[in-house]
Amino acid sequence: MEEINALLGGFSVALSPLNLMLMFVGVILGIIIGVLPGLGGANGVAILLPLTFSMAQQPGGTTSAIILLSCIYWGALFGGAITSILFNIPGEPWSVATTFDGHPLAQKGRAGAALTAAFTSSFIGALIAVIMITFLSPVVASFALKFGPPEFFAVYLLTFCAFVGMSGGNAAKTVASMMIGFALAAVGLDSVTGTLRLTFGFTSLLKGFDFLIAVIGLFGIGEILETLEEGLAFKGASAKINAKVVLETWKELPKYWATSLRSSAVGCFMGIVPGGATPASFMSYGLARRLSKDGNQFGNGVVEGVVAPETAAHAAGTSALLPMITLGVPGSPTAAVLLGGLLIWGLQPGPLLFVEKPDFVWGLIASMYLGNIAGLIVVLTCVPLFAAILRIPFSIIAPVIIVICAIGAYTVHNSMFDVYLMVVFGVVGYAFKKLGYPLAPMVLALVLGDRAEENFRNAIKGSQGDLAVFFSNSLVGGLTGLALFLLFWPLIRTLWRALLGRRAA
Amino acid sequence: MENGTDRSAASTRAVEIGVAAVILLFGLIVVIDSYRLGAQWGDDGPQPGYFPLYVGLLICISSSVILGRAVRNSALAGESFVSREELKKILTVLLPTVVYVSLIVYLGFYLASTLYIAYFMWQLGKYSWIKIVPVAAGVSIVFFLIFEVWFQVPLPKGPLEAALGLN
Repeated sequence: MEEINALLGGFSVALSPLNLMLMFVGVILGIIIGVLPGLGGANGVAILLPLTFSMAQQPGGTTSAIILLSCIYWGALFGGAITSILFNIPGEPWSVATTFDGHPLAQKGRAGAALTAAFTSSFIGALIAVIMITFLSPVVASFALKFGPPEFFAVYLLTFCAFVGMSGGNAAKTVASMMIGFALAAVGLDSVTGTLRLTFGFTSLLKGFDFLIAVIGLFGIGEILETLEEGLAFKGASAKINAKVVLETWKELPKYWATSLRSSAVGCFMGIVPGGATPASFMSYGLARRLSKDGNQFGNGVVEGVVAPETAAHAAGTSALLPMITLGVPGSPTAAVLLGGLLIWGLQPGPLLFVEKPDFVWGLIASMYLGNIAGLIVVLTCVPLFAAILRIPFSIIAPVIIVICAIGAYTVHNSMFDVYLMVVFGVVGYAFKKLGYPLAPMVLALVLGDRAEENFRNAIKGSQGDLAVFFSNSLVGGLTGLALFLLFWPLIRTLWRALLGRRAA
Repeated sequence: MENGTDRSAASTRAVEIGVAAVILLFGLIVVIDSYRLGAQWGDDGPQPGYFPLYVGLLICISSSVILGRAVRNSALAGESFVSREELKKILTVLLPTVVYVSLIVYLGFYLASTLYIAYFMWQLGKYSWIKIVPVAAGVSIVFFLIFEVWFQVPLPKGPLEAALGLN
């Protein structure tokens, strides 16, 4: 098999001593980030991204840099489970479903079992998703090599329509948040015509808005403000975990193989759709509750109720990287930040990456296997240490996190203006979160705005302004059609139900 | 609620309307600027305002929908967006943060950060100075070692670093 050979090549890249060390450093940093309030996968990676600029310039350095950053992501995914189970505080939105059964288990004194189940099923979910990435991504990439501007724009359209149709929230707010992202992306020098857009004479706006600043402000400062309002004290269960508990839980886990498989499938599928990790975790929790023998026990602390959402969330978080590396379309805010990293290092994400930089792509994929193994080892052995971080008083940890955010915002372009902007984004993030505006579409639009616009322009330039170019052949037509279908999915579903209801009556 | 502690500072409806109005204004600015740049079909393809025009229009439409819904939904008026107590807590963090980021230019990153952390511990944590000084200074020294020495990423410095000869 061609993929196996390529993957073995990737392992030889990822197994160098430097890369192995970076993997553990990344995972540990990631878990700390995942545990801390105000820091999560997206802004944690954004803050550390500038530190990789010099690393990426060395030969083979981009692979090391992406290994470091992607391992921070895996670590953050693991870390989210720790706070959900021990402190009933979901570190990330997709950990919310983990609190339903994870925290009751911890209160019953079975924190060790809950943590072991969460970490192990996260690992299994990620593993299944990586296997899927290994075999599916070359296929998707070679398929996407045929894409021209209309197809790429249709893929972007699909991404954004999926957000509106699948998120289940307030559609008007999703659209508003997304379009603000697009508008902010348009600020500054227009790369095609060289005119200044939306700058209104302010020189600080010439460079436009960097999405890294937006991510740090929206998710970092915004979250600190929100946490503050909810109260400053974290009251947690103790994190006792030892080899005996781990082994006993592992003996119990094979019973839930059906739940694991189902949740992985839900996760892999939903992860490719942007914003999918959170709905995937809720969906698989719901499915497990309905299909399990002990369904009525869900919510009181059953291990299966931890297995389902964790497997799905981690599978979705991992498979979000599939469209990122093959099409250049990130499936989650963190994947968007990683994509931004590739662009800064001078790599063009997309199908050509597989042809031009096989070492990079396969090194990354191999590091996904190894990084998740590293993550599992680290979390199982060091949980109490990480839980202790949350016992640091908020009045110390909060200013330290804001200082870290400020440093991160400054180092992106060495500009103080960015630090001020970060505070503004923080206030916006707080207000938006409380009013139910989703933040992920804004970040994705900010990252993809320029590329989406460029492809849109090139596409309609080729067709002399005729929008029918987006239906000109079966490929682009199918993508556009699917996008419109997803956009109107809530409407279609309502109509469908009404029709069915009438027939039943 | 009439008791002073958790009286609402603003209803969800008021904030919803306010935010939607700001977004609508932003959308209008985008639309107007797109027209200024030219949002039509030029000699060699779409003009620079072509794409932003639609973005701006969608912002206007979606924010109008949100605005309209909030105006009609009187249930939201009784819902508290933020209580006075919560607002006070948020401002005790937000205002020092604004002061902190504006002080960085004058004092440098490290001194400003030390003062900021110290203020937090003093104001919110009610720690004694014996604990505040080592923690606040220690964190800044650790950051200095990480960024200036290890990663060699220079951060803005001020009079303190100049006096110590660390520039």
